[in-house]
Amino acid sequence: MEATKYTISMLVEDKAGVLNRVASLFRRRGFNIQSLAVGGSEQPGLSRMTVVVLADPAQVEQVRKQLDKLINVVKIVDLTNDDMVARELALIKVAATSSTRSEIMQIVDIFRANIVDVGSDSLMVEVTGDEDKVDSLFELLRRFGIKEVVRTGRVALTRGAVATRSDNKKKGGN
Amino acid sequence: MKKTGAQILCESLVKERVEVIFGILGGAILPIYDTLSQYPQLRHILVRHEQGAAHAADAYARVTHKVGVCMATSGPGAANLVTGIANAYMDSSPVVAITGQVARAFIGRDAFQETDITGITLPITKHNYLVSSAGELAETVKEAFYIARTGRSGPVHIDMPRDVQTEEAEFVYPAKVNLPGYKPVFQGHPAQIRKAARLINSAKQPLIIAGRGVIMSQAYAELRELAEKAQIPVVNTLLGLSSFPRNHVLSFGMIGMHGMAYANMAVQDTDLIISIGMRFDDRATAITGEFAPKARIIHIDIDPAEIGKNVRVDVPIVGDVKNVLGVLNKEVNVNTHSEWLATLNKWQDEHPSLEIREGEEVLPQYIIRQIYEATQGDALVVTGVGQNQMWAAQYFPFIKPDSFVSSGGLGTMGFELPAAMGAKVGRPDEMVWCVAGDGGFQMTIQELATIAAENIGVKIAIINNGYLGMVRQWQELFYERRYAHTKLWNPDFLKVAEAYEIPAVRVRRRDEVVSAIYKAMDYDGPFLIDFVVEPEEGVYPMVPPGKSLSETMELPKPKKVSKRKPKTLARS
Repeated sequence: MEATKYTISMLVEDKAGVLNRVASLFRRRGFNIQSLAVGGSEQPGLSRMTVVVLADPAQVEQVRKQLDKLINVVKIVDLTNDDMVARELALIKVAATSSTRSEIMQIVDIFRANIVDVGSDSLMVEVTGDEDKVDSLFELLRRFGIKEVVRTGRVALTRGAVATRSDNKKKGGN
Repeated sequence: MKKTGAQILCESLVKERVEVIFGILGGAILPIYDTLSQYPQLRHILVRHEQGAAHAADAYARVTHKVGVCMATSGPGAANLVTGIANAYMDSSPVVAITGQVARAFIGRDAFQETDITGITLPITKHNYLVSSAGELAETVKEAFYIARTGRSGPVHIDMPRDVQTEEAEFVYPAKVNLPGYKPVFQGHPAQIRKAARLINSAKQPLIIAGRGVIMSQAYAELRELAEKAQIPVVNTLLGLSSFPRNHVLSFGMIGMHGMAYANMAVQDTDLIISIGMRFDDRATAITGEFAPKARIIHIDIDPAEIGKNVRVDVPIVGDVKNVLGVLNKEVNVNTHSEWLATLNKWQDEHPSLEIREGEEVLPQYIIRQIYEATQGDALVVTGVGQNQMWAAQYFPFIKPDSFVSSGGLGTMGFELPAAMGAKVGRPDEMVWCVAGDGGFQMTIQELATIAAENIGVKIAIINNGYLGMVRQWQELFYERRYAHTKLWNPDFLKVAEAYEIPAVRVRRRDEVVSAIYKAMDYDGPFLIDFVVEPEEGVYPMVPPGKSLSETMELPKPKKVSKRKPKTLARS
């Protein structure tokens, strides 16, 4: 079956070694992580992880169930088919001379990105958006000479009603 | 009142009603051992290798349905537990493993006997803990035991730095656990159960595959009720043996790589599989692509992650087997399936699968059958891994519930001796037979010292063929009889037994088998029999690796055997 990208959101206990447990599970079961982002959530003691996996539907079901078995994973949902907002942030350090600087700034403007640092021979661009937007900007800036890039990986939430809170969690079942 | 970490641990173990601990001490766990001696209600059995502690705790847990406990020091001690923990994990055995660790200030500095043991046990435990203060210890122990025994049970590891063992904290044993991320499902979904009942009621050729989940859930009566009410034949996975009496008219034995030919045929012909507490292991299913091609599948399991992991399932029911069957049985109609049962009985007559050749030579199959005859099935059979295991599984008709202990998932040679020890400690009033291979026996042979010192009355039957027999069989069948490194030089096992002060006899002729078995049974204490058996006997039926259950090879006829084994022919 065709492998596609799935976005999985998890609430995990904020304890030592939890990231290791999640990463180890992916490695050991042979699942392929595209990106993983982790940070605090609205609930004290819980972090939210967003994982993008490349998998077929049966695999992603296994991923979800195996992750759910980890004691420190409190809640897990597959957001892929939900109405979600997915974003990533990238910082791009691009080479800039006096002759290219204004062109770069125009492109950045079109993408509603920001110049966050100006050096004598470079600019640092901050861009937020879905991966396609980040990729497009990256492609456009490539010809100026890209010095360094860092991307956060996808973070995502469903629109409207709250989906990944620990109090409406449902584990197991069919 | 304040207590030390070591005292908190011991108090907590008492609260968890632990009776036995298998372990070996060392520097990083000394404070615990020093305290342990003040708790006579916690019996400690000093093993001779940590692997033995883990296997013993595993088997103890299996036969008592309680949590087994093993203990070791840091570094090498903890690392030696690993095989045993992995074994318990694969077979879902509730074990709590407690290890000492270097003091907190030394962690991460490659201190003497430091190992990142929680890093190592992470993928082979249900959960693990590195305890960071004495204050959190009671809660940790409470959680560990709860996690180990509930849901799909499994091993939990607690790593305790040396200075946590001596640190003082208030001791209050929590009444409840607080685990927001752990909510095992016990009750099956009613709609799913109704769906399953409808399938069962309309099936023409249904088949129950009963696994170890039936034993863990102690659902023998419920399984029997389902089978009898709807007249559904029952086959077993390896670890499902002893979940359903083999002498029952509806029992058709084990399936899989060394399953009965007729049981495998039943799987390949059934129109509905009701799999209960089993996980479609590849040794049971053979290649999954051609497994049960005509069947719809109902899968009852407590672990949602097992649903659809290896085979596609039509009706999954997540829940405890006993609960699920309790509800399901009410919705299943009385039925006869007489045609289907007649077919199975015909197959069983045509493909008996279990035949013991006449003759002088000591055949493993004959030994197992005679142990059954002598005990009348009233024994716990603990096996090693390989040919001895398969012969025990095939030729001992398990009629007593929960009477078979074996390393199924991990396939750990050397499991037999320490596991038999743990089983006997768990059920001291029962006859425990340890069926060992001569290869595996030497892997954990040091536990003879534990058995002798503690006078643990296990009866050890070494099926001594002078080979790593199952591997030799594969070399015979798939590597043109090139027996690379499978021939074993063995010590004189009688002298070994004598050195450990364990009485022993050797059997070289078939007519000595029965008297040796009775001698072992009549002796009050551990006893060893060295059965020198036919060296190149094979295990049949057999499904070759990479084939489907439809390609079950049956016991070769004598002519074929003689062609493959000129030596055997010359002697007989």
